[in-house]
Amino acid sequence: MTTQLRALLASAGEDIREQLDAWVKARSFPLVEGKSATFVWRGEADEVRLRHFIFGLETSQPLERIDGTDLWHLEVEIPPRSRVEYKFEVRRGDHNKWIRDPLNPHLARDPFGANSVLQGAGYEIPDWTRHDPKARPGTLEALTIASEAFGQPRHCKVYLPARFRRTRRYPLLVVHDGSDYLNYAGMKIVLDNLIERLEIPPLIAVFADSPDRLHDYANDERHARFVTEELAPRISSALPILDTPASRCLMGASFGGVAALSTAVRYPNYWGRLLLQSGSFAFTDIGHQHHRGALFDPVVRFMNAFREAPTAVSERVFVSCGVYESLIYENRSLVPLLDETGMQVRFVEARDGHNWENWRDRTREGLSWLFRGPLMMIYE
Amino acid sequence: MLLGAQRFDSTLGSVVRGIACEGPIAIITAGWREREDEDGELRAHLECETVNLNLYQRASDVWRRDPELRQAHRAKQTTLRHKQDFYRIRLEYELEANHVIRQRRAPPEILAEEEAASLAAVRILDAYHLDQIRQLHEKFEAEVGLATRPVVAEHREQLAEQLAGCKGIAIAGGHVASMLNRMRLFGLRELIDDQAIFAWSGGGMVASDRVVLFHDSPPQGPGASEVLDAGLGLVSDIVMLPHPETRLRLDDAARVSLLARRFDPAACLALFAGAHVHVHDGAVVGASTVERLATDGSHTPFEVAS
Repeated sequence: MTTQLRALLASAGEDIREQLDAWVKARSFPLVEGKSATFVWRGEADEVRLRHFIFGLETSQPLERIDGTDLWHLEVEIPPRSRVEYKFEVRRGDHNKWIRDPLNPHLARDPFGANSVLQGAGYEIPDWTRHDPKARPGTLEALTIASEAFGQPRHCKVYLPARFRRTRRYPLLVVHDGSDYLNYAGMKIVLDNLIERLEIPPLIAVFADSPDRLHDYANDERHARFVTEELAPRISSALPILDTPASRCLMGASFGGVAALSTAVRYPNYWGRLLLQSGSFAFTDIGHQHHRGALFDPVVRFMNAFREAPTAVSERVFVSCGVYESLIYENRSLVPLLDETGMQVRFVEARDGHNWENWRDRTREGLSWLFRGPLMMIYE
Repeated sequence: MLLGAQRFDSTLGSVVRGIACEGPIAIITAGWREREDEDGELRAHLECETVNLNLYQRASDVWRRDPELRQAHRAKQTTLRHKQDFYRIRLEYELEANHVIRQRRAPPEILAEEEAASLAAVRILDAYHLDQIRQLHEKFEAEVGLATRPVVAEHREQLAEQLAGCKGIAIAGGHVASMLNRMRLFGLRELIDDQAIFAWSGGGMVASDRVVLFHDSPPQGPGASEVLDAGLGLVSDIVMLPHPETRLRLDDAARVSLLARRFDPAACLALFAGAHVHVHDGAVVGASTVERLATDGSHTPFEVAS
């Protein structure tokens, strides 16, 4: 039990319910005190359990009810600066329901939804992800490409950096799940800020969306063709893009990471930069059985083949993954294979999960390594 | 007059009027590169007759009309990049060695001696690099006969004429290597007579005698300051450090000390927004909102020696 809660109960009189109301109202939850965090849930139930999403650890822990009240609590240890996703499992009779923490405003979003997130002591949303009124803003413009590969249109948004000039040439960054990166990872603000701070060069980014990402991104030949033979040439013909592999980057998270890597494998040495975040790089190595469902079948086939004979398909590859994700094993084990091919590889882990905030928080490190900015040379 | 950053709170106009420089003023915005001619805001601050020397555009004209020189210049630039790259490799090892030595536990006198030797190695490397770069420039200029090449001479003549009618020169910040290249190409140092100089950010760095690139908190690497080149030498024994608000960790005594000792006896000056350093006849006669980095790791307001 947290020190604060213990103190409150020790001093509580008959009006404990009112005192708890005031205590809860005055705090944000989970209550983090150094290395410990206290989860609190209020309501009538037969049982309340914490369900966190740390792969490999016991996920279900019961909350304890304070007698005579509707307050349930659980204290756990939490490493500094970490972010842990969780839900509460509330049981009433035979009815079980998983809910987000109503007392916690912080959410971790992923391609499939959102969870509550516990932020360890010292975690702060990086300042370069927040709107900076001093940063010159780039622009976003919608673009629809009639894809021959897919036989249907694909929708994108094109980012032009502040002070864009047609007389200059720019690197090209293609971002899978583009709208989600914009909406949940704040990528426009991130690009505006990193460019303003000279940490990356001004670049043109295409935020591409798929109407069927779980199929398109799972090593689909049509997707690789669309991105490389349709989208990139279309952008290059309309905008001043640097025509070197080192100036072309594919970026993606989760299945988007698979899309980026598999496209680069199908078009070796065209995409000289890869930014792969929590890639769904499932493999079996021995046999073909896996537990991730049929949607992963083409991914597993692709990864098994790539792992069997990895080749250098790009120049620089930045890989990041949360240590609390189930995919940490797959990502960790991919890194030495990429490294052995002679590609330059950087791997970064974070105490975080499979969510957009994790991917957002790693973009500075990834992009500035893939595209070195001119901050040492420019003093405006 | 060396100034702090001007983008958000420009003090340029008031500084120019404060020393009764009525113009015309020559403007150098070569550090803005393709945006060189977007100088409307700057002209508005100056509130007097101005002429942009257009060094960036002039250089483009030179490259277009003298392809042989362009080729030779490109080759020199490639060599410079290699030199900077190898210097950086060696520098990072020397700085890492210095860091390790400072972390070691040893009798104080041994530690001090070894740390001093380590720092001396860094200073020797800085000096060696600066000398290498100077030799490269001299060799290039002699081999191509830079001053006598017709297109270059034509531009130098025009620039001399423009500058002769100017009371002041305003050197804006920007890309310091681009700026230096253009200034060197047109022999700008030799063309400056007794005009008042107003230089800020990168412009101030280029006006000094040694250009030191720096950033204590880059997204990659340890943030090792590095010598780029000699500057115009309009002011001596000052290492210009603009934008300290975002570029320097002044609360990190070890970093402050290392930088100050590395370039000692030159004064490492952090010029905050709104800062100015007034230099007259080679001596500092006034300063405001400037911090001097001290060898003991502290930093104090820079004051003019009486």
